[in-house]
Amino acid sequence: MNTYQKNKLSINNIYKSFDDILVVDDISLELKENEFVSLLGPSGSGKSTLFNIIAGLILPDKGKVFIEDKDFTGKTGRVSYMYQKDLLLPWKRIIDNVALPLVIKGINKKKSREMVQNYFKIFGLEGFEYKYPFQLSGGMRQRAALMRTYMFSEDIILLDEPFGGLDAITKRRMQYWLLNVLGTLKASILFITHDIDEAIFLSDRIYILSDRPAKIKAEINVELPRPRENEVITSSKFNELKKEIMSIL
Amino acid sequence: MRKLGNIENRLIPIGFLGILIFIWHFAVESGIIKGFMLPSPIDVGTTLFKILPEIKPHIMVTLIEAFYGFILAIALAIFLAVLMDNISILKKALYPLIVISQTIPILVLAPLFAMWFGFGKLPKIIVVTLVCFFPLIVSLSEGFDSVDKDLLNLMKSMGASKLRIFTLVKFPASMVNFFTGLKVAATYCIMAAFIGEWMGGKEGLGLYMMRAKKSVRIDKVFAVVILVVILSMLLFKFVEVLQKSLMPWNNQSEQ
Repeated sequence: MNTYQKNKLSINNIYKSFDDILVVDDISLELKENEFVSLLGPSGSGKSTLFNIIAGLILPDKGKVFIEDKDFTGKTGRVSYMYQKDLLLPWKRIIDNVALPLVIKGINKKKSREMVQNYFKIFGLEGFEYKYPFQLSGGMRQRAALMRTYMFSEDIILLDEPFGGLDAITKRRMQYWLLNVLGTLKASILFITHDIDEAIFLSDRIYILSDRPAKIKAEINVELPRPRENEVITSSKFNELKKEIMSIL
Repeated sequence: MRKLGNIENRLIPIGFLGILIFIWHFAVESGIIKGFMLPSPIDVGTTLFKILPEIKPHIMVTLIEAFYGFILAIALAIFLAVLMDNISILKKALYPLIVISQTIPILVLAPLFAMWFGFGKLPKIIVVTLVCFFPLIVSLSEGFDSVDKDLLNLMKSMGASKLRIFTLVKFPASMVNFFTGLKVAATYCIMAAFIGEWMGGKEGLGLYMMRAKKSVRIDKVFAVVILVVILSMLLFKFVEVLQKSLMPWNNQSEQ
């Protein structure tokens, strides 16, 4: 998987503190086209702050965010962002929830519904277009949330522990499903997790972050062949990587 | 099983009410309590039936006052809640005043309003508005405040404007809270109009009851009280039905 060249996203020397407490300490990283990169670190280490900076929701104290070589520091509306919570609007049907980013962009309801219709099959939600979120299982709601995220920006997607709220079995299924979907959709993904297995299973590269303040401790290339099947998890290469990461953490 | 539980939920309060009414009836019939002090439930019922034709215009007056006051309170609450949500300095300035306004006894205000605004419908409508306004603005303001911050951030990250965030997320998300306030206000509004009439008026159920009281027709007083209870409950039920039909996602997720 060394076929990507172009830098989709790069952030340079980002610093951020809240109330004099340093949260993000000189972080630089990059995301290439079609690449899946994980940020692995303990909870509450400032990873979400970093995502908020990339999404343009908060300004860094120092440092810049570049998207396709353009300065996007503090600018919203370019990358799509998904939280651990599905954040679906309970009063809207799934199809309207998913089409929300298009409506915000100014496309009318009917047209936006038509535009998302074709993706229901890819995201495994066919037949659930006109259901309300409460009628769906946790895993399906996360898929709907991911679909909404994808509808907003299909090239750069930030995922903040998207499977963190799911049970272990559903989580494993969702990871496997995500890998399959990504085979169809071309997207560059930045993924926050504190689950080592998850990071290895999904990623091309992993940045290992320290406790607060978040600092990059190491960068690891995951050289596992794709497409990855569930058996990968028990392979010796997988275990080597896991050992290496555990020794760093 | 759920259906059985539902029936049980309905039967228990009705049954209990029946027992209370029976005790009341028995106490009066047996002479423990004198009939002119407390009419028996059957007397109250027949009186209510008898006075219904003459009381009808009064019911209409009270209902109209309650209705206008309620609508005015809703409009005012939405307007102020939206303003306070957008201008935080306004919220800091107004919110304590709104709370203080509720601590002034309405029994003092009602005659004052009659003095200032005459004996027509207007002072009663103002009383209703004042009483209903508070639960509405509190519930709506708290609804606005309790919208998930992550959800608002998500909308911002999509580049949505403030107005768009409000119409797409904030307002609909607050509706569950708002309806709680609406239900409380609905139970208050008939009573508030009633108090307004009582304190100075020339028509309406409050006035009718005051006259009945002055002529020591306790059976009529009771009949009017029962009417007020029935009207308030009908209004409450109406809001509840409205909520269920407007928010189908809500009543099903509760189960």
